[in-house]
Amino acid sequence: MEYMLIFTESAADYAKRDNPAEMQSYWGAWGAYVNAIEQAGITVTGRGLLPPDTATTVRVRDGQRQVHDGPYAEAKEMISGFFIINVPDLDTALEWAARSPSSSYSSTEVRPVMPPMAP
Amino acid sequence: MGEPATHAAVEATARESYGRLLAYLAARAGGDLASAEDALAEAFLAALRHWPETGVPERPEAWLLTTARRRLIDAQRRGQIRIEAEDELRFAMETAASATQAEGGFPDERLGLLFICAHPAIDPAARTPLMLQTVLGVDAARIASAFLVSPQAMGQRLVRAKSKIRAAGVPFRIPGPNELGERVGFVLDAIYAAYTVDSAEDSEAALAREAIILARFLHHHLPTEPEAGGLLALLLHCEARRAARLDADGNYVPLPEQDVTRWNRTMIHEAEITLAGAAQLGRMGRFQLEAAIQSVHARRLAGGPVSWEAIALLYEALVRHTPALGARIGRALALGKARGAEVGFVALEELSVEALTNYQPYWAARAELLRELKRQPEAVVAFDRAIGLSQSAAGREFLRQRRADCLGGGSP
Repeated sequence: MEYMLIFTESAADYAKRDNPAEMQSYWGAWGAYVNAIEQAGITVTGRGLLPPDTATTVRVRDGQRQVHDGPYAEAKEMISGFFIINVPDLDTALEWAARSPSSSYSSTEVRPVMPPMAP
Repeated sequence: MGEPATHAAVEATARESYGRLLAYLAARAGGDLASAEDALAEAFLAALRHWPETGVPERPEAWLLTTARRRLIDAQRRGQIRIEAEDELRFAMETAASATQAEGGFPDERLGLLFICAHPAIDPAARTPLMLQTVLGVDAARIASAFLVSPQAMGQRLVRAKSKIRAAGVPFRIPGPNELGERVGFVLDAIYAAYTVDSAEDSEAALAREAIILARFLHHHLPTEPEAGGLLALLLHCEARRAARLDADGNYVPLPEQDVTRWNRTMIHEAEITLAGAAQLGRMGRFQLEAAIQSVHARRLAGGPVSWEAIALLYEALVRHTPALGARIGRALALGKARGAEVGFVALEELSVEALTNYQPYWAARAELLRELKRQPEAVVAFDRAIGLSQSAAGREFLRQRRADCLGGGSP
C-alpha cells in the first residue's frame, strides 16, 4: 500500500534551517533519514518544502481569482515535506514515520494514498 | 429438519464460533474486518436458507467458512476488497478448508483480531465496542446500551472504525517482541473498559462477563505477558464480590464492610493463582498492582483484619507507575485508614482541584475523610457534591445515609 508521510514543523523548527548554531544538527538528521528511507527501496517520491512564508494561496470564487500571500491556514505546525512510500501495511508506515526527525519535535501524519482511479 | 431446529443450530454455532470464524476470515482478507463480517453474515443467512432442506452439516463451521470464503472471493473479483496478493488469499483459503476437514477444527486467530481492534490507529472510544462485537459477537444494540449511547451513534462509531481499518491498511498481525509490551497495553485497556462500563449498576447490559472472557483468552494466549495475568486477576477479584456489593435490601455495601461469605471463593482462588504466576515473570505493572491491592482485601476470607499499611504501600507503587486520579485517591483513602484520617486528608489535598470538580470518587473520599476528622460542615458539603455526581442509585442512597450519620441523626 502507498502512504504519504506528511512532515510538519513549527516556525521555530523552520528557523533551525539557517541558524548557524542549529543548522548542522537539523540538516544532519534529515539527511540521514532521507538516506535511510531511500536505501530501503520503498520511496515512490518525496521532497522537502521551503518555509510557509514562501507560500501563496489561490481561491477561485464566482469566477474571480483570489490570490493571497501565505499558507491556506495559519497553524502552529506547517507541512515541511513529504514522502510517498510503498510498504505492506500501516504498522510499517508508522515505523518510518516515527523515525522522521519531525516526529521528535513536531509531528508526522500518515495518510493512505488513493489507489489510481479506474480508467 | 424443521426451521426452529435450524435456527437453534445456527444460533449455537454463532454463539460458539463467531469470533473464531471472523478472525479466521479477516486474517485472510488482509485484515479487512468489514468485508470479512459481510461475508460471514451472508454465510449465516445461507445456512438459514439451506440447512432446513439439507440438514445441519456435520461440521457447521467448515460449511460456513467455505460459503463465506466464496463470498470473499466474489467480493474481491468485483473489486470490493483490495488485497495486495490476491493469490495468497485463494491459496490460504484452500489450505484452510482442507485443514478444517482434517482436524475438525481451524486455527484460532482471535488474538490477531484483538490487536486490530485495539490498534493505536483506531479511535480509543471504538476499541472496546469493536472488540466486543467482533471477537465475542455481542450485538451492537447491547453494546450501545452499556455505553449509554444511541444504537445509531454506536453503529456509526463501529462503521467508522472498520472503514479506517480497511482504508488505512491496519494489518492483521500479532506484534513482534519489540512492540508487544506497548501494544498489549492498548488491548488490556480496552478489555478493562469493557468491565468498568456500566458496572455501577447491576444492569443486564453490563459487559463484565464478556470482559472476563476476553481477559482469560488474552492471558491464555500470552502467558508470558505479566500484565495480562494481572488484568485477569483484577477482574476476577472484582467479579467475585458482585453478590456482596449490595445487601438484601439492595443497599450498597462498601468493600471493607462486605459479608465475605457472599464472596465467590473459586474466583478469588483463580485470581490469586493467576496473580502469583504473573508476579513470577518479574515485570510489575498497573494491573498487577491493582490486583495485589484486591488480593490484600481478599485475605479477610482467612479471618484476619485488612492490612491497610500494605494497601497504602501498593497504592504508593501504583501512583508511581500510573499517576491516574483514581489511584491517587485510593492512596489517600488507604493512608487515612493506615495512619489516620489526618494523613489521608493531607494526601488528598495534594491533588490539584481543577481536574476534580466533577470527579465523584474525589468528593466521596473527601467527605469520608472529613467525616472521620469530625469536620462536619465541610463533610456535608463534600457529601452533597458526591451525591450530586453519583451515577448509581445504590451509591447515591449509601452516601445519603452516610451524610445523615455524619449529622448525628437518622435520615434527615
